[in-house]
Amino acid sequence: MLEQTVTIAAHERDAESYFRLVLHAPAIAPLIQPGQFAHVRILPMKEALLRRPFSIFQVGRDTFSILYKNVGKGTSALSKMHAGEELSVIAPLGHGFAVPPAGGETPLLVAGGYGMAAMFLLAQRSPQRGIVFVGGRRRVDILCEKDFAAIGWEVRVATEDGSHGEKGFVTVPLLAEIEKRKAESGKWKLFACGPTPMLKAVGKIAEDCNLPAELSMDEHMCCGVGTCLACVIKVKTGDGWEYQRTCTDGPVYDSRQILWEEAK
Amino acid sequence: MNLSVQIGKLRMQNPITVASGTFGYGAEYARLIDVNQLGAVTVKGIRLNPVPGNPTPRTAEVSSGMLNAIGLQGPGVDGFIKKYWPFLQSLKVPTIINIWGTTVEEYAEVARRFDALGGVGALELNVSCPNIKEGGAQFGTDCKLLSQVVAACRQATTLPLVTKMSPNVPNIAPLAKAAEEAGSDALAVTNSFPALAIDIHTRKPKLANVTGGLTGPAIKPIAVKLVWEASKAVKIPIIGMGGIQCAEDAIEFLMAGATAVAVGTANFYEPQTALHVIAGIRDFMAKKNIADVRELTGSFLPGK
Repeated sequence: MLEQTVTIAAHERDAESYFRLVLHAPAIAPLIQPGQFAHVRILPMKEALLRRPFSIFQVGRDTFSILYKNVGKGTSALSKMHAGEELSVIAPLGHGFAVPPAGGETPLLVAGGYGMAAMFLLAQRSPQRGIVFVGGRRRVDILCEKDFAAIGWEVRVATEDGSHGEKGFVTVPLLAEIEKRKAESGKWKLFACGPTPMLKAVGKIAEDCNLPAELSMDEHMCCGVGTCLACVIKVKTGDGWEYQRTCTDGPVYDSRQILWEEAK
Repeated sequence: MNLSVQIGKLRMQNPITVASGTFGYGAEYARLIDVNQLGAVTVKGIRLNPVPGNPTPRTAEVSSGMLNAIGLQGPGVDGFIKKYWPFLQSLKVPTIINIWGTTVEEYAEVARRFDALGGVGALELNVSCPNIKEGGAQFGTDCKLLSQVVAACRQATTLPLVTKMSPNVPNIAPLAKAAEEAGSDALAVTNSFPALAIDIHTRKPKLANVTGGLTGPAIKPIAVKLVWEASKAVKIPIIGMGGIQCAEDAIEFLMAGATAVAVGTANFYEPQTALHVIAGIRDFMAKKNIADVRELTGSFLPGK
């Protein structure tokens, strides 16, 4: 974990509604593991003080990149920044995914919306190729499909409005695949990142089909380094549960550890 | 140039600490900053037993600040001593332990336990948390209850006691005096301000606890005024806090009457803040030819 002022190396609009931000961070890049995040202070943002957490997407020798959507004060200010401008970054943070060892389980990745960004490094560093299932509301919510295809991964798409891939939630093609290849099921492992209802559904599938699953949990975050206790989720313990910090104890958990809350 | 200050028996190498709840138990930020440069480390509130804390969402960003309702999640006295005390004890700088309870007896018991531990710099009595149902602010807004809590802790320990005051009172002076008369060695002014933020799309509160405590630069001028008013009412030193982001902010608190200051919410977005504040105070003193930081305390000139 390092705190550094870094320079924007490139900043472009991906797909229709996503931005790809590349940061020149030679000291941070080699430290990054799949599923970790960067906590970014958007310096031109004056009244909104807090850092914003972003999953790390791609890692180069001297750079790393994030994908984001313009959804609020922070990302709006960020979207107006240009190459050459500076941001303050604390990264890499959190416990990420365990990359499956060579000859281990075949990874099945499940992503919702920008959760896809957190999956790329895992796909790239996994010794065996697998399938990535990606879901979103509409066609524009499906991002970096091509990036996964380029590294030899099969991509299955589902959209709620049916404008791209199958119609429905991402769990539809996932369940169909598991059903189709039941005989091989002992060799699979699920990895998921996306909205909480999707993670909960993936956790349920893992339980029903007796598959191991690692879930990257999403909770409203503040300090990012474990001090403020804002980003907690309920995690099972020997005799009950405790609140754990997704920023430092997570964000990635074995699905069996999670005590799911009733829908809020 | 002298930067050291005294808070009762507690000597700080410089007047900068961190606000309870914004710095964990010290170890978390030790990976990003040199904690030994601080005047003292102040840790998150501890009561006798472990506390699970409030449901989420626990924080919400607002203009120039944030609301929080963490609910004093914590490991309890034993958990704290086992898990966090070894690191804190290894530091060169003193630790101020923030303590709380739901009864006068619990405050005193926690004080006794930390007195017996040995090596603690000071105890900060949290009588002003707005986010818990029992304990907390009820003790900090009533002179009689406040006297009882402080007096009971005074009997339980010889450690320096810092009473952390609630801002949610019509007049801080009588409460400040009550804490001083009951044996408090210092005051911490101020805790967060009770506040509310609403999501207009769902018409629901942004915090699961509905209301929370407002902190950050948004409260700074109110906190500076409270420090000024409290300092006029008592002779004991004051640790000023509320929205400090830079040395200039800290110097305002000192001039208003604080002997030391704490950096709070700014730790969350800029972990280097406390160190920048120390460097900035040094620069200010050099430029203004001030040899001793204590000359700044109460040097405010309100006029007629």
